Amino acid sequence: MPADFVSSLFVFILAAFLGFEVIKRVSPLLHTPLMSLTNALDAIVVVAAIIIAGRHESRLATILGLVAVAASFSNMVGGFVITDRMLHMFKSGKAKKS
Amino acid sequence: MTAASAQQLIDFTYILAAVGFILALKWLSSPVSAMRGVLIGEVASGVAVVATLFDPQVSQYKWILIALIIGAGVGVPLGLVKMTAVPQRTALSHAFGALSAALIGIAEYYVAAPQVPKFEMAEIGLEVIIGSLTFTGSLIAAGKLQEILPQRPITYRGQNYVSLSVLAAAIVLMVTLVLHPEYTQLFPVMIAVALIFGVMLVTPIGGADMPTVISLLNSYAGFSAALLGFVLNSKVLVVAGALDGASGFILSVIMCKAMNRSFTNVLFGGFGQIHTTAAGAKEERPVKSATPEEAAAILSAASKVVIVPGYGMAVAQAQHKVRELYDNLTKRGIDVKFAIHPVAGRMPGHMNVLLAEADIPYDKLIDMDDINGEFPQTDVALIIGANDVTNPAARTDPASPIYGMPILDVDKARTVMVIKRSMAAGFAGIDNPLYYMDKTLMLFGDAKGFVGSIVRELTSGGGHG
Repeated sequence: MPADFVSSLFVFILAAFLGFEVIKRVSPLLHTPLMSLTNALDAIVVVAAIIIAGRHESRLATILGLVAVAASFSNMVGGFVITDRMLHMFKSGKAKKS
Repeated sequence: MTAASAQQLIDFTYILAAVGFILALKWLSSPVSAMRGVLIGEVASGVAVVATLFDPQVSQYKWILIALIIGAGVGVPLGLVKMTAVPQRTALSHAFGALSAALIGIAEYYVAAPQVPKFEMAEIGLEVIIGSLTFTGSLIAAGKLQEILPQRPITYRGQNYVSLSVLAAAIVLMVTLVLHPEYTQLFPVMIAVALIFGVMLVTPIGGADMPTVISLLNSYAGFSAALLGFVLNSKVLVVAGALDGASGFILSVIMCKAMNRSFTNVLFGGFGQIHTTAAGAKEERPVKSATPEEAAAILSAASKVVIVPGYGMAVAQAQHKVRELYDNLTKRGIDVKFAIHPVAGRMPGHMNVLLAEADIPYDKLIDMDDINGEFPQTDVALIIGANDVTNPAARTDPASPIYGMPILDVDKARTVMVIKRSMAAGFAGIDNPLYYMDKTLMLFGDAKGFVGSIVRELTSGGGHG
C-alpha cells in the first residue's frame, strides 16, 4: 500500500469523525443551508481542476480540467450565495420586533 | 521564491482552508453564529483558490480565467433561485460537484494511461464510478424535482436485480482495468456503465422520498471528492470531501429514521416502491367539511394553534399567506407555532427555509420531537398540504404500510383542520384515518386560496377573539 494512501486515509478518518461530531450539532432548522454550505465547501475540488487545466499535459486533460473548473466554481459561488441568502432569512422573534 | 517554497506556501493555505471549513460547519450549529460560518467558509475557499492560481505548475491562465468566469456566471443565478426551487438547485449542484470530481479523475487516468499502477487504477476507477453515477443520479433527481420528469416512481419487475447487475458490471470493468491496465478501451465503457447505473438508481424513486435521496447523493458527491483527494494526494480535498460525505450521511440517517426505513432498504433501491398497493381498499366514509368563515371563527376562538406545513404548502406557494395568518392570530394574543416533520417537503429542512423566507421567526418552527408533547394542549392543529406525516395509522395500525413511522400527533389536538384539494389519497396512496375523526374538519381547496380566505374573514371582523 503506498505511503500516500495511508496518510490520506489517516486524514480522511479524522476529518470524517470530526465532521460527524460537528454536523450532529447543527440545528435541524438549518439542514437546508447545511447542505448548500457543504456543497460550496466541497467545490474546493476547483483547486485540483485548476492544476489539471494549468499543467497542459494533454489536450484532453486540459479540456476536462477546464470543464471541471467551471462546474466546481459555479458550485462554490452559487453555494455561498444561496447559503448566505437563506441564513439572512432566519430571524428570531426578538430580532424581528426590535 | 523557489518552486518548492511556493508549493509549501500553497499547502499552508490549504491547511488554513481545512480549518476554516471545520469552523464554518461548527458555527452552523445555531442561526445566531451561522452567518459567521458562511463568511469563514468563503474566506477559506477564496484564499485556497487564489493561492492555487500562483501554483508553479499552472502555466497558462487565459482559459482558466474564462472557465472561472463561466462558472461564476452559472453559479450566481443558481444562487439566486426562489426558495421553492432550492431542492432542485441542490440536486443540480450535487450533479456539478460529482461531474467535476469525475472529470478530474478521468483526466488523471488519461495522463497516466496505459501505465497506471494497480493501486492508483483502483482509486481512480472507484472515484470515477462514484462520481459518474452521482452525476446522472443527481440530474434525474433534479429533473423530478423540477417536474421535467414524472415524480412518481418508475418501476418494473426485477428492477433491483437489473440495477445491481449494472453496478456489478461497472465494478468488474474496474477490476479488469486494475489487472490489465493495457485494456484502456474499457475505461470509457466503465464510465458509460456507471452513468447508466446512476439513472437506474434514482428513476424508481418517488417525490416523497426525495429528502433521503438528495441526502444520499450529497454524501456520494462528498465521498467522490474525498476519493479524488486520495488519487491526487490532496489533503484539502480529502478533508472537504469527508466533511461533505459525513454531512450527507448524517442527513440520510435522520431522513431514514423519520420514515422508519432501514439504511439498507434505502441503499438497495427498494424505496419509493413500498406501500403503493394499499390504495385500492378505500371505502367511502363521511367527512366533515367547513367553510373559511367557520375555520376563521374556530381559529379566532383558540388560544393555542399549531400549524403543520407539508409539501402541498410549497407547491401552492402558500407560505406568505400563512405568514399573514400567523401575524393575524398572533396579534389576537393566540400562541401560534409550526410543527416541522423531518421529511416534510422535498429536502431536509425545506419547510424551515420556506417559512423563514416568509419572515416567520425561527423560534416558532418546532421540531417533531419537541412539538409532539404540546398537541394535547393545542386547541387547533391546522394542517396545510401535509398528509402521511400526520397519519395516526402509523402509530396504531400494525397493518398499515407506514406503521412505525414517527408522525406528528395532530390527532391529539382538540380540533384538527386539514386544508386539502380533495379526498384523494396522499403520495403513499394510503388512506388517512385522521380525516374521518369527529374532531376533524376538512377545508377543501387550494392551500394559498383557502388560507387567504381565512385571513380575509379574520380581518373583516369575522371573529372577535
